[in-house]
Amino acid sequence: MTEKTVWPLFEVFIRSRQGLSHVHAGSLHAADAKMALENARDVFTRRGEGSSIWVVPSQTITASAPENKGELYDPADSKIYRHPTFYDVPDDVEFI
Amino acid sequence: MPAREPDCPERRAAFDAHVAAEGKVEPRDWMPAAYQKTLIRQISQHAHSEIIGMQPEGNWISRAPSLRRKVILMAKVQDEAGHGLYLYSAAETLGVSRDEMEEKLLDGTAKYSSIFNYPTLTWADVGAIGWLVDGAAIINQIPICRCSYGPYARAMMRICKEESFHQRQGFELMMALAKGTQAQHAMAQDALNRWWWPAVMMFGPPDGESVHSRQNMAWRIKRKSNDELRQKFVDMTVKQAEALGLEIPDPDLSFNSDTGHWEIGPIDWDEFWTVVKGHGPCNRQRMAHRRNAHEDGVWVREAAVAFAAKQRARTTQQAA
Repeated sequence: MTEKTVWPLFEVFIRSRQGLSHVHAGSLHAADAKMALENARDVFTRRGEGSSIWVVPSQTITASAPENKGELYDPADSKIYRHPTFYDVPDDVEFI
Repeated sequence: MPAREPDCPERRAAFDAHVAAEGKVEPRDWMPAAYQKTLIRQISQHAHSEIIGMQPEGNWISRAPSLRRKVILMAKVQDEAGHGLYLYSAAETLGVSRDEMEEKLLDGTAKYSSIFNYPTLTWADVGAIGWLVDGAAIINQIPICRCSYGPYARAMMRICKEESFHQRQGFELMMALAKGTQAQHAMAQDALNRWWWPAVMMFGPPDGESVHSRQNMAWRIKRKSNDELRQKFVDMTVKQAEALGLEIPDPDLSFNSDTGHWEIGPIDWDEFWTVVKGHGPCNRQRMAHRRNAHEDGVWVREAAVAFAAKQRARTTQQAA
């Protein structure tokens, strides 16, 4: 296969119904975004799984690196005061 | 694909402990090269099976006996194409390109499930494939939904959801024939006779001889042994054949009341290996068909890229 026939990769996100977020469903190759959308509809929504589709060129996604997990997420571990369970409230006080 | 840190005993031990504790692995996480390699092999072969698997049933679309059966069969074959796509995408997250996988299928270095090298001689074969082949595939695939590699597990969940219609339509088709005229019943029985043993072999060689099993179990890629899965299939299918009023073509088939399992006679592994090595009834035909389809599609793929480039140029020009 020649170099120019390699179709770029798109990530597909589906909103299953109104009121819910788009969720990653998978990925596919397509010549352009329009074809990606058409193919995503054929592949991922054959059984009424969707009411809206996003396709995003995979190359445009910036992702955090797994090796940075520590510096990114560990600081949250020590900030337990951000959780409601951190606070003492008498059992007989209601609606709090 | 980011460059991976090199393998070392500590990293390897941490990885093994993580998956042993049912931890999941995602594409950018560190993984041993052997884990990556074995997954690429397994997922791409699984994808190839879906794509080649379109041929035996596709053979009957134009001759389906009613419009109802025809739309069902088209929907099923379209699903198989979709399953191939989900799996190719999952394999691509491991750093292998779609083209590399396709090339390996076309040049014969990658395998696909041997079951698709058997011919579909009658309409009843379409029923037998749905009932037996998809039935066996479901049993194989359900444990993979809990595979340690996230993208593979997610693809499998999607596939399993769709696969259940495949099995049920096959059973219903067999039922229609088995309860039909004498000739239809005989056709259903003949299909069962030809597909039973190949379906039983779909679970692969016996546990003692399976080369990849042990490491794959430890890595939570494989979750149940070949023989365990095969037994499950036999137990399930014997009762279904009874409901159809069809006879499983195995004179040694017997129920062991101590274990509560059905026991089958000896499997002809020589036949299995003959087909795996490329000498089954349809190996050459399946590959030739796939190669032709790939070559016939070259102009379509090129035209789509040329059209997209033209559209882009036009948009840029308008913006300028």
